[in-house]
Amino acid sequence: MAQTIGTHDETSLRPSGLRGVAADFSSDQRAFKTASWGKAMMWIFLLSDTFVFGCFLIAYMTARMSTPVAWPNPSEVFALHIGGEDVPLILIAIMTFVLISSSGTMAMAVNFGYRRERGRTAALMLLTALLGATFVSMQAFEWTKLITEGVRPWENPWGAAQFGSTFFMITGFHGTHVTIGVIFLLIIARKVWRGDFDVERRGFFTSRKGRYEAVEIMGLYWHFVDLVWVFIFAFFYLW
Amino acid sequence: MSETTAHAQSPTVQAQEHGQQHPIRLYLVVWGLLFVLSAFSYMVDYLGIQGHLRWTLILLFMMLKAGLIVAVFMHMAWERLALVYAILLPPLLVLVFVALMVSEADYTIFTRLAFFGAGP
Repeated sequence: MAQTIGTHDETSLRPSGLRGVAADFSSDQRAFKTASWGKAMMWIFLLSDTFVFGCFLIAYMTARMSTPVAWPNPSEVFALHIGGEDVPLILIAIMTFVLISSSGTMAMAVNFGYRRERGRTAALMLLTALLGATFVSMQAFEWTKLITEGVRPWENPWGAAQFGSTFFMITGFHGTHVTIGVIFLLIIARKVWRGDFDVERRGFFTSRKGRYEAVEIMGLYWHFVDLVWVFIFAFFYLW
Repeated sequence: MSETTAHAQSPTVQAQEHGQQHPIRLYLVVWGLLFVLSAFSYMVDYLGIQGHLRWTLILLFMMLKAGLIVAVFMHMAWERLALVYAILLPPLLVLVFVALMVSEADYTIFTRLAFFGAGP
């Protein structure tokens, strides 16, 4: 019941392709045959979160399309003064690379987890958490810079007033997700380090046996945070 | 018969023990690709490309990055189609919402310009 994969007979007889989709959903049993319920539930949560961020980005699109006032140019707003000249969007670019790197280390942590290499898994997860914390700090720097320049949710010095409110809402919500992810990472990394998943120690809250799949489920959340940033980067900062 | 079953059984048992197991190299390649694609999308802004080419390039690099993350990092490429469709098809409905709000925003800007002139 708690295990992910069924018996050999079940997996080999299972049809693939569209026929497989129909068979899985009409089997009068669980529809996701090879995904544990923990993984399926994380995916469904991420689907709901997709709609949350989707709504934010649509709200931003609507505000930007419907205002007669010019939208502030993100390329200039987010430029940093380095070495005597303005480099456009440089901080955002660095933040993007930091977040992508954290996704890379997370993917490798999942891999080492399934190889039961406890030390490496925990180390890579801590590195992921560190990169995530770096991202949030850079975002805090960015917020401070914009606030001192006079950006408020109701006004800014460069153009359409809606710029501030959409900026703070979208990046604030994303930053919150990253922060929660960092906390989540530290909790799971501690469990990995302690060997909870090797001895199947039961969780204090859920009382379920600890398994290395927890690292993969954690990874799904973390990659999702990176995924959302891809869309924010494209639509808010580059558009 | 029993011999073939025993032979075919070993990979399944292994999969049960190791879950999603892929070579580290694959992750490093995808990581590199994501870096390159991010650099490309940054260059779009840095080089100041404007107009339809800019929007096309932004969307292209965005979709490629999103696809790589979902398919490889989130292991969607190795899941059964039932899960893939259940998770990836519903977000397409967001596009319907986008179409509705584009039409709504067009109407709002039209009324603003018609009744308040160029200013807000």
